[in-house]
Amino acid sequence: MTGPQTSLRLLIADDSSTDRLILQAILRRQGHEVLAAEDGQSAVQFYEQHQPDMVLLDVMMPGMDGMEAARRIKALAGEKLVPVIFLTSLSDAGSLAQCLDAGGDDFLPKPYNPVIIKAKLGAFDRMRRMHVTLSEQRDLIRARNEQLLQEQFIARRVFDNIAHTGCLDASSIRYHASPMSIFNGDVLLACPRPAGGMHLLLGDFTGHGLPAAIGALPLSEIFYGMTSKGFSAPDILQELNQKLTRILPTGMFCCAALVEVDFRHGAIRVWNGGLPEGYLLRTDGSREALQSRHLPLGILPPERFAASMEEYPVEPGDHILLMTDGVLEAEDAEGQQFGADRLAGVLDRPLPYLSPVDQVIQAVQSFTGGARESDDLTLLGLKVTGQDPVATHAVPAAESALAGPVRWRCSYEVDGEALGQFNPLPLLLHVCMAVAGLRQHSGDVYTLLAELYSNALEHGILQLPSAWKDGPDGFARYYAERERRLANLHGHSIRFGLEHCGRNHGGRLVIRCRDSGPGFDPNNLPGPATAYAGRGFTLIRQLSSSLTFNKQGNEAEVVYDWELTGNGGGRTEYE
Amino acid sequence: MNRKPHLDEEALAELRDVMEDEFDILIQTYISDSRDRLEALRQALSDGDPDALAKAAHSFKGSSINIGAPRLGELCQIIEQAGRDGDLDTGRQSMDALEAEFATVRRLMEEALLA
Repeated sequence: MTGPQTSLRLLIADDSSTDRLILQAILRRQGHEVLAAEDGQSAVQFYEQHQPDMVLLDVMMPGMDGMEAARRIKALAGEKLVPVIFLTSLSDAGSLAQCLDAGGDDFLPKPYNPVIIKAKLGAFDRMRRMHVTLSEQRDLIRARNEQLLQEQFIARRVFDNIAHTGCLDASSIRYHASPMSIFNGDVLLACPRPAGGMHLLLGDFTGHGLPAAIGALPLSEIFYGMTSKGFSAPDILQELNQKLTRILPTGMFCCAALVEVDFRHGAIRVWNGGLPEGYLLRTDGSREALQSRHLPLGILPPERFAASMEEYPVEPGDHILLMTDGVLEAEDAEGQQFGADRLAGVLDRPLPYLSPVDQVIQAVQSFTGGARESDDLTLLGLKVTGQDPVATHAVPAAESALAGPVRWRCSYEVDGEALGQFNPLPLLLHVCMAVAGLRQHSGDVYTLLAELYSNALEHGILQLPSAWKDGPDGFARYYAERERRLANLHGHSIRFGLEHCGRNHGGRLVIRCRDSGPGFDPNNLPGPATAYAGRGFTLIRQLSSSLTFNKQGNEAEVVYDWELTGNGGGRTEYE
Repeated sequence: MNRKPHLDEEALAELRDVMEDEFDILIQTYISDSRDRLEALRQALSDGDPDALAKAAHSFKGSSINIGAPRLGELCQIIEQAGRDGDLDTGRQSMDALEAEFATVRRLMEEALLA
């Protein structure tokens, strides 16, 4: 029973002077500092002045009695635990209970017994110290929690700056995500490509809270950075996987789906690693599952990671739907999961006035019946349109729009195996973007480069007939054949020559693209209905001042004239 | 009826030990306080105020028990109870016994102080 002897500051109040003298003597002998009051009123005053550790009060005192004094002292003590012990020769249970109601913690019977007094004070001192410790720890936890919330708020701000919503607000995109979804580890990204079309990414990091949110930062930065620089989806996936594998601890990864949407050619390319199957919902009511065929991002080393994508032709009116597992795992009050069958039931009955995203969300919410907030489910949907939904955004002209190198030329050649594996377009675009004013026209420039490159590679060298692309079967055949011919490629090359010079309020970019193929007869240059349809010549002509070919038909020259515009609009005619 | 001793020698010895030099002061304080309390009891009886009687008896009881005068404490208890019951007659009847007991206690204490 004997704890370490601690010296306490004690307040006693008793109107009987002998009792006061005795108690005071006992307590001083036990090593405590004692303040003695003769009635309740002065006890309360002493308490305010000296803040004692414990208070011992006689119950019956003239003037303010012990119970009232106890009430006032407890009120003054507030959160602090100040044990109040009643000194009493009362013996009936009712009076004792009244003392406890007044805030008393215990009784000390008369006559005083020093051994009992010591034991009680020791016990209350331990309780008091524990209370102090608990209060300190509670304050610490409260402070930490506030700090954590503040940090989450800041993290959210930082995240919003980096992982801005991109083009998620485009009219053809619908999505559902909790405002704090970042702390569920869910990531929703959409970014227009410089050549038109867009990349969509839905990611779901393992875990919750800040650890799950942290991986989202490099993910978004790479996604937005590389997409706007014109990198292809497989290049971006490689980079994302490599980065996440390096920075995420073992056991943490990101289930994700990336969709490259090409409105112009009416095609989507899909990569799904670990997310539930997404869907391509066709206008005729049929649907194709976009299944996970890969491990999530952040697991495989780069050399074992496969960024191969599956391509699907699409038509205006088709819908793409991606979701996290929160949709399938949403539970009703009985703990039953929404599940794949219910989802299929919803998708089987498309409603013309409701997007698939809204339809699924409504179904899940009516299923859960508000059993739980649908915090943990994220959906992303895109309606395929004939027109690119994100018109070239007006890039505000830089202050020194005519800065940067104005007169320059360069030549860049890709040959051998690099032809099939390496995408030279981001690099070439980067060179062109050194001309500050040309940045307003990055979409045009990228499109010109991309069309020239794919014509040179697929038609000039690989000799693929573009007519194959018509119809779903031809589409698959075209790409299978492309892969096959690329693999057997020897001794071929593609050379780009770029030349730029300044003009009054803009400049002229000349792009030459020469391939090592046999060429074609440029005099027989066709309309859309001929064998050369699909080569994108029409598009190039629309964007540029001129498109010409050499005699052999293996070198194309495009002249692109640009002017600084206030609204970032397109090129100007060259006379 | 009253088997309790006038003075609890053991309790007094303990008090002497606890109070050290202040033992004399304690005893003298007790004796002078007790005179006041006896006066308060008489006053309550003559006023016919059972509540005041009970309170005064209660205080007297507490200090008597604490000082080691258990028989006196017991008599106080009887008067306190009488006050609570509003039974002033029993209170009056017990006063003589109480005053006699206090005189005894006081004598014994003063002897103890001289010893």
